[in-house]
Amino acid sequence: MSAVDTVVAPAAVRSARAVDADSLRARMTRKVQHGGWFVAPFLVLFALFVLLPIGRGLWLSFTDSNISGTDASFVGFDNYREAFEDPLMWDTLGHSAYFTLLVVPCIVVLAFLLAVLAHHIERAKWLWRLCFFAPFLLPSTVAANLWQWLFNPGTGMINHVFGLETPWLTDKSFAMIAVVITTLWWTVGFSFLLFLAALQNIPQHLYEAASLDGANAWHRMVHITLPMLRNITGLVVTLQVLASLQVFDQVVVMQDFGPGPEESTRTFVQYTLEQGFTAYRVGYASAVSMIFFLIIAVVALGRMWLLRKREEGVR
Amino acid sequence: MTAATVVRVKNPKRPKSKWTPGQIVLTSLGVLVSAAWMTPLLWALLTSLKSETEAVEVPTHWVPEEWTAQAWKALFESGNITNWFVNSLVVSVCVTFIVLIVSALAGYGFARTEFRGKNALLGLVMAGLMVSPAVLGVPLFSTVQSMGMVDTYWGMILPQCAPAAMVYILYKFFQSIPRELEEAAFIDGSGRWRVFFTIILPLSRPSLSAVGIFTFISSWNNFLWPYMVTNNPDLMTMPNGIATVMNSYGIQWAQLMAGGLMAGLPLVIVFVFFQRQIVSGVAHTGLAGQ
Repeated sequence: MSAVDTVVAPAAVRSARAVDADSLRARMTRKVQHGGWFVAPFLVLFALFVLLPIGRGLWLSFTDSNISGTDASFVGFDNYREAFEDPLMWDTLGHSAYFTLLVVPCIVVLAFLLAVLAHHIERAKWLWRLCFFAPFLLPSTVAANLWQWLFNPGTGMINHVFGLETPWLTDKSFAMIAVVITTLWWTVGFSFLLFLAALQNIPQHLYEAASLDGANAWHRMVHITLPMLRNITGLVVTLQVLASLQVFDQVVVMQDFGPGPEESTRTFVQYTLEQGFTAYRVGYASAVSMIFFLIIAVVALGRMWLLRKREEGVR
Repeated sequence: MTAATVVRVKNPKRPKSKWTPGQIVLTSLGVLVSAAWMTPLLWALLTSLKSETEAVEVPTHWVPEEWTAQAWKALFESGNITNWFVNSLVVSVCVTFIVLIVSALAGYGFARTEFRGKNALLGLVMAGLMVSPAVLGVPLFSTVQSMGMVDTYWGMILPQCAPAAMVYILYKFFQSIPRELEEAAFIDGSGRWRVFFTIILPLSRPSLSAVGIFTFISSWNNFLWPYMVTNNPDLMTMPNGIATVMNSYGIQWAQLMAGGLMAGLPLVIVFVFFQRQIVSGVAHTGLAGQ
């Protein structure tokens, strides 16, 4: 490639280039500038569909705007005050948090176990990857419909196979569990692939050296595999926490777009959208969105802070 | 380059393994777990091949007593599903195309060129990683509404085309390409754009296909944004139409399962053929965030 040509260029050419270095540097600087054009198309879209909505949401959150956007008047912090005093907001936030607390540990553990299993089977590796990852390729709504059908009282296969009579979708204590099981089946494949990739990146010689020192399989797992997977586990946990707090699709489809038994599965996203699109309170819904944005930002920044702290610790 | 090495898909050097007791146990465990994992899909397929009345018969049973393609036929005759399929295809292809162009350019711009306010902009892009239709749904809808794009293709497509994450992944990748490669081309008199198209892009094929595949999957499966921006059945995408129209009046389970399989099928087929690229793509996009 061209890099190689440069290295092996005849000495004469090289010295000629050295003479020309100043003008070259000038030319390169000129070319290096105006890079703004590369970034411009993205910036336009980013400004229109990320920055503008944030700004607009912030502005709307201080008004009593309705869906048509006309006749909005400034109401100060009223929307925020109302949101913090609305028990429904806290309930729905609680439901999303409850879902997150249930689903994240399950996904991390299951994805890890599946990855270890798939990593150690020496035959038909493609088959395990295909099976565990395939559900992730379904749209969320299809996965939700499928499990709604499996959990269906009377005709549902789950109760039939396990000889249960559990009212999965219609009882307060099971409704969220049903969503968790659905989500686990549907999304574990993604985290599974991340763990699998990380497992394959662990240098083999570490295991060989440990074996020579007489470490058994359990020791190798605890002292090599787990520490080597620390970063990826942190990443999987963060991604899953962020995604789970934003849960919406599966829940509404499984509960036919309703709030679930005794309103036990209405999530935070659902609450926001109901305020905005059903109650037409765009101003209020924007305030709630801003609160949500802040929560998400705190989680994401928390992860970055932890990473930086660890890096400093290593140094 | 890196993408291919992230997941070792095939290892030609490894000799055929022996059936040691450990391997027998592991493999049988693998077979059991994968069978369990595939059962729901099999159940969907079997349900779709029953008649509507047989599907809801109690007690429920696995294999249809009378095999019939009724549900599939009804699905196509109602006409909606082919419409949704085309809509999904149009939206996902456009989104993937635009995202690839825009994020490759921006990733390169951030990695290798200088302009005023670059670092501030990069920080802003990082902040954009936290924004999604789930978080900012109502303000985003309000913005798109004020642009007059509700119930249009563009309204569905464009808001999916500013993915900070993809820019970040390509930015990281471009940074890892040795500068010497570019400098050599500059000496030969090439300009920035030419370097980008003839040197950088060909080197980035694995990363670009990772970004493309990932974008296509998430766009094809996107439910929330199309759900918010359109309630016109003619404009709906697959996930959207299935979840709203097919769920609305008295669910017909056999048809619903057939529709669901049809929504999932294209990606599963693509997966079977491009498994290597997809696996390394997903792993690569994920690992880039590590």
